[in-house]
Amino acid sequence: MYPEAFSYHAPSTVEEALALLERHGDDAKLLAGGHSLLPAMKLRLSGPTHIIDMKHLRGSLDYIRDEGDDVAIGALTTHRSLERSELLRGKLPVLAETAGCIGDMQVRNLGTLGGSVAHADPAGDLPAAVLALDAVLVAQGSGGTRTIAAGEFFHGFFETALEAGEILIELRIPTLAAGSGSSYQKFFHPASGYAVCGAAAVITPDASGNVASCRVALTGVSEGAYRATAVEEALVGKPFSEELAAAAAEHAADGIEPLEDYFADATYRGHLAKTFVKRALLTAWERSG
Amino acid sequence: MAKYVGARQKRVEDPRLITGNARYLEDVQLPGMLHAAVLRSPYAHARIDSIDTSAASRLPGVVAVFTGQDFADLNPLPCAWQAGGVTNNANTPRVLEIDKVTHTGMGIAVVVAEDRYAAEDALAHIEVAYSVLPTVVDAKKATEAGAPQLHENAPDNICMTWECGDQDGTDRALGASDVVIREHLTNQRLIPTAMEPRGAIGSYDPGTEEYTVWMTSQAPHVMRLLMTAFVMGIPETKMRCLSPQVGGAFGSKIFLYPEYPMVAVLAQKLGRPVKWTESRQENYIATTHGRDHQTDFEVGALRDGTITALKVTTYANLGGTLSTIAPGIPTSLYGSMLSGTYKIPHLHCQVYGVYTNTAMVDAYRGAGRPEATFVIERAVDLVARELNLDPAEVRRKNFIQPEDFPYEPASNLLNGLAYDSGEYEKALERALEQVGYREFRQEQQEARQQGRYLGIGLSSYVEICGVAPSKWVGLPGEGWGAGLWESANVRVHLTGKTVVTTGSQSHGQGLETTMAQVVADELGIPIEDIEVKHSDTMSTPFGYGTYGSRSAAVGTIALYNSVQRIKEKARKLGAHMLEASEEDVVYQDGNVFVKGSPEQAKTIQEIAGAAAVAYDLPAGMEPFLDDTAYYDPPNCTYPFGTHICIVEVDTDTGRVEIKRYLSVDDCGPVINPLIADGQVQGGITQGIAQALYEFAAYDDSGQLLTASMMDYAIPKAEHLPHFENSHTVTPSPVNPMGIKGIGEAGTIASAPAVVNAVVDALSPFGIRDINMPLTPQAVWRAIQEAGR
Repeated sequence: MYPEAFSYHAPSTVEEALALLERHGDDAKLLAGGHSLLPAMKLRLSGPTHIIDMKHLRGSLDYIRDEGDDVAIGALTTHRSLERSELLRGKLPVLAETAGCIGDMQVRNLGTLGGSVAHADPAGDLPAAVLALDAVLVAQGSGGTRTIAAGEFFHGFFETALEAGEILIELRIPTLAAGSGSSYQKFFHPASGYAVCGAAAVITPDASGNVASCRVALTGVSEGAYRATAVEEALVGKPFSEELAAAAAEHAADGIEPLEDYFADATYRGHLAKTFVKRALLTAWERSG
Repeated sequence: MAKYVGARQKRVEDPRLITGNARYLEDVQLPGMLHAAVLRSPYAHARIDSIDTSAASRLPGVVAVFTGQDFADLNPLPCAWQAGGVTNNANTPRVLEIDKVTHTGMGIAVVVAEDRYAAEDALAHIEVAYSVLPTVVDAKKATEAGAPQLHENAPDNICMTWECGDQDGTDRALGASDVVIREHLTNQRLIPTAMEPRGAIGSYDPGTEEYTVWMTSQAPHVMRLLMTAFVMGIPETKMRCLSPQVGGAFGSKIFLYPEYPMVAVLAQKLGRPVKWTESRQENYIATTHGRDHQTDFEVGALRDGTITALKVTTYANLGGTLSTIAPGIPTSLYGSMLSGTYKIPHLHCQVYGVYTNTAMVDAYRGAGRPEATFVIERAVDLVARELNLDPAEVRRKNFIQPEDFPYEPASNLLNGLAYDSGEYEKALERALEQVGYREFRQEQQEARQQGRYLGIGLSSYVEICGVAPSKWVGLPGEGWGAGLWESANVRVHLTGKTVVTTGSQSHGQGLETTMAQVVADELGIPIEDIEVKHSDTMSTPFGYGTYGSRSAAVGTIALYNSVQRIKEKARKLGAHMLEASEEDVVYQDGNVFVKGSPEQAKTIQEIAGAAAVAYDLPAGMEPFLDDTAYYDPPNCTYPFGTHICIVEVDTDTGRVEIKRYLSVDDCGPVINPLIADGQVQGGITQGIAQALYEFAAYDDSGQLLTASMMDYAIPKAEHLPHFENSHTVTPSPVNPMGIKGIGEAGTIASAPAVVNAVVDALSPFGIRDINMPLTPQAVWRAIQEAGR
């Protein structure tokens, strides 16, 4: 519980933060909410010699803005802000719902969207929602900003498309088509509260009760959050029913080797993936229209 | 007239705890204090070939680095309670290990530095060469041929083989039974997880050659005895031990740990005080664990549900070395309670105490009785299931009846002691009525039609509290080799303000409140006039500390007896002051007066003043109202009750939801219902957690997989139902207050209630048992396998 010594920096602009990142390279770590980084440091699993605290950037990176086709969310927006945002509850309810499933109140008051997504914990909740919402992630580096599609962002265990020297500054999330329903269904680990399995689903029906489009993503099951495209394909264009949802959910872990640990082995986790995808689909459909 | 006893008196401890003004060990700062960090073995079984501390010693802030060789003149820690009547192949830890480690987390070196950061940094610079040895973590496998051997003096890793009861009679009775049911039960390993981790501070006065050791202990007097007389070889009068505010323990702070003598010796070597406090990770790998039994049992019964015999074989995992009272837990405190609340004419229990490459296992809340209760309460349900009888009916049929007391169970372990009193059926009937048992069975049937799986589980327990009678525990060959009586001192000062000191120790139980309630009522003074002090060997009479639900049934009785003597002296002095004859005066509600003339009274405050000023005392009377009592009870006490749990199982995921939890406990008269409810609810919480959530998982190489709260599932409010608690009151004939004890009842009763409920819910699948913990995966798998 006693971390190694480190130097502490608290830049006031993204540019200053980028300059510090460039100067200290792999020896530096960005500190947002700190709920993953600080425990790792206290257990001496992580020993960065430079901590770049983002707290002074909250003024510029903590926002939820309606931009018409998109909702733009600053990377330092806390889980609690997401959970309580009237804008999100109206336009992207699954994001508010997912954020409300994270940790406890203290964690949600400090943890940030950008921190969670960039950390890419395989059992983190928000990556599933970000994938199911087809978000676009905005990264800033010394050469300017670039955008990364959510589907390209998560690369497995704590790995993302972010390059060294880049900072995730914003997520842009397309507004859902009219009549869409969405849901995040989570199996909480009784100790950590992380997702043993979390399934996010967004479904848009057409006028005749068929599935017009659908996106499903899972977390907790594999080395990183992933889109369950086989589930989506099994649904699109077909009249929705409980049987169809169940049959489609059978594909929740297609091509995936589920994680295995003392709490849930691969078989059980694979089963949870199917069960929670089914539950997410049924709930999302119920909320649609 | 009882004013305080029986009232929901708010705890006098709470304001300081809630406002952050309580002084825990970490709050104790001594001038010039150094900080220690212990290097712990990352391997579960290894020889230590060499340790090089030179690089670590040179780091800034580091004062000294020591290894086991530096403490080689100290004895290994003692094992104070060995299994009675048999050979114990004892192996205990040293202050720091020298040659070999037998579980991860054993200390092999210590860094002492100016601050904790410097000490922690230096650990990484100590070079240790290990020869890693093969490991075994499972107690049964450890006894099999070819298993790695941990200790030369313990062939097949067996510390002791112990038995109780009558083997031949049990075998014959099983043979004559209509049905015999066999089952294998796991009582998994748990981590006690007190809110405050352990710690110790040593200081040494070279002038007086006296040590002072602050520590997080449930029994400072016992710690002083073990450290001085057994480990350090110095007079116990040369050490003072103190426990400041202790933040929970659940048994894990009864024991002597290597770090306690270590800080004392370090302070003497370095001439400065030394503090060591553990991290949560150290707490999980290096503090004792609890339970870890594998049990096979056979229970025999007649067709009408009468139980004829119980035969039990248990492999008790003791860990890599023995903790202070480890062998006593799965033997005396387990075998003695296997008969539960039932008349079982024939009983036999064989226990193998086994070394494995895991953390030491010792008493954890309930200590032996939860393990015993789990066996008998599962067995009774299996009998009911096999014979297609109602589990409540099988309990009724076999209960020990009120007229059977004193009742000595067939385990025959109590050296002539016997269950004291009980009305087991009354508690069961009240619980069934409160829960609406018949209505529930109807609801359960209807739910099953809709594909919902509800279940109800009963647990009619009896436990043994007030583990103290020297006649039992002090019996030569029983293994303790000491009595467990308790002490108290009462002093009524000149103004009537009263100080009570006790050999018991409060680490969350609220003794400062409950003891004051008893004294206030008995002396007839306001509770605000009483201070209860404990946990300092210099200012309290010698006592054995708090564990085994003994501080009400033993420690408080010592206090009660002391107050009676104070009252008698006050009565005599009061008579003298009233110029009345002793025979004519009474002591009532803090006043002494001539019978029939209460208006002419002397108050206890006036009498205390007269006793202290002492210019006019009756002939031969000593000054001052001061009395010390040592109470050695004639028997233990035996609280009991029935708990009922209702669950719903999500068969898709295996998740268990507790819908209702109801307890009817009987601990005799309740001193403080608020505190008793807290004890029961906390206890139930730990039992539910054992049934559903908690387990210490080791991999085959002896690495603890659940070494943090991210992995080890401590129950949280969201995991728990609303508790419905009530009591019946059956006084114990053992002590003058009739008190039985309540500290562990909840833990002892609850795990089988939950498991019985889940198995009941899943009976349509043909499931008759699932091993604890009933994690979602375990329940789901049982359903899958039953479906095949």
